[in-house]
Amino acid sequence: MARDHISHGFTGRRRESGDPARIPPGQYLTRDFPVLSAGPTPHTSLDEWTFTIDGAVDAARTWTWKEFLALPHEAPTVDIHCVTKWSKLDTRWRGVSVDTLLEDVDTAGEYVTARCDGGYTTNLALEDVTEGKAWIVFEYDGEPLDPEHGGPARLLVPHLYFWKSAKWVRGLALTVDDEPGFWETYGYHNRGDPWLEQRYQGG
Amino acid sequence: MVERVAETARAKSVLLDLPGWPGHRAGQHVDIRLTAEDGYQAQRSYSIASGPEDDRLALTIERLDDGEVSPYLTDVLEPGDELELRGPIGGYFVWEASLPGPLQLIAGGSGIVPLRAMLRHWVAADRPVAARVLYSARSLDEAIYRDELLGLAAYDELDVRIALTRAWPAGWTGHRGRIDRALVDAAAWPPQERPRIYVCGPTAFVEAAAELLVESGHRPDSIKTERFGPTGG
Amino acid sequence: MDALDGNAIAGELFAAFGHEMTTVVGTCTSCGARSAIAELPVHVSGPGTVARCPGCASVAIVLARGTARFSGYELPSPGPGEAE
Repeated sequence: MARDHISHGFTGRRRESGDPARIPPGQYLTRDFPVLSAGPTPHTSLDEWTFTIDGAVDAARTWTWKEFLALPHEAPTVDIHCVTKWSKLDTRWRGVSVDTLLEDVDTAGEYVTARCDGGYTTNLALEDVTEGKAWIVFEYDGEPLDPEHGGPARLLVPHLYFWKSAKWVRGLALTVDDEPGFWETYGYHNRGDPWLEQRYQGG
Repeated sequence: MVERVAETARAKSVLLDLPGWPGHRAGQHVDIRLTAEDGYQAQRSYSIASGPEDDRLALTIERLDDGEVSPYLTDVLEPGDELELRGPIGGYFVWEASLPGPLQLIAGGSGIVPLRAMLRHWVAADRPVAARVLYSARSLDEAIYRDELLGLAAYDELDVRIALTRAWPAGWTGHRGRIDRALVDAAAWPPQERPRIYVCGPTAFVEAAAELLVESGHRPDSIKTERFGPTGG
Repeated sequence: MDALDGNAIAGELFAAFGHEMTTVVGTCTSCGARSAIAELPVHVSGPGTVARCPGCASVAIVLARGTARFSGYELPSPGPGEAE
């Protein structure tokens, strides 16, 4: 892309210094946590909130908020990478590993679709959300997850671009085929690995 | 960029010479794109602060301490520097002097910028309709164009009310606190006058003001709104 | 973050369609509400931007990868139908 114009003296946000090995190609480091979303913030009361594993499974499983919190927790500290090119290191979360939720689940499905309040969906390979790679988190930085950032609970899949870490998640449906979710339908990559710069369909 | 003028402690107007500029309508905006040497880009929209009849294009920028674009425009850009911009943009939130009906302008914070362009056009067109301004700012010091607005209020055809939400001078007889139903009823054109209404500012302000207007009997289709992000751009 | 409105995507829509779009009044195919594009709540996300119906919040316009797609929001056929 031809770029004739450089804005004299413009550098953008002070690029924080950080270990370049932790920053995928094309990304810039930030200390902010921008609030980005495809729709209005839903407000689901914890009395109504449930989380469901269903789809191509032997039997659907549902947890109420109380039941969910009673599951074993983990406290991952991870780097996150947004497709708008900002990366944020060492973010601290607390939640339930997707492995825990899929324990004893029999499935022929190789993919999952995350379904969320407000209708947002995103698709992932089952192998991208298992073996310690994904959580349903309800705390960020030691505090209950803010509704603006996806509270009461969101999906966290830090090794993929952050649009895959669906806010306001209410369930994972196992699917046999990869079924493009919201942004994937508009041309974003089905997998979304920031280290391979998988931003768009067709690479 | 030709010149920079301080409006308040945090807001500065940037005056631009744009060869080939086709002119604009009051209320329109421009999109500015900044490019760093390494290719990093940032883009923001800014309402045009000057009237269509003014000599130079003016943009008024409120500096956000943690902003990426605003501090560049208020502090770094120098006379002679070039800006990449796209515009004029917008056909909905515009006012032209040929439009009938009394005019009602309501602004929160930096929402006053496009409304000031409308007022400059109103003056240049010899004040064709009666107009009222309701401007909500945190304090007098943070009220952009304060002196200009109060100067314009000397015209019989214009009424300017300022509401201060956080701090006000001793003896302030204007409205204290956020705009409310009582202020709208007292200071805005009543619904029977069928005013043409423009509301601009942060989203929460715009929605609160629009709701008050509808509650007090104004028709929703007489109200045009423009929401700014928390960056107030 | 609070939503913006269709004024915020005026530049993108102009670039995509070659003319001013925010005064166009369309109809939500979910709830039938008629709104000017300037009046649609607009949400900025990472991959793109979504304009929704102010009545029922259904998706109206999606801006992604330099394109603008209308989804669930019907534009009038050419002719009258513009907000003043």
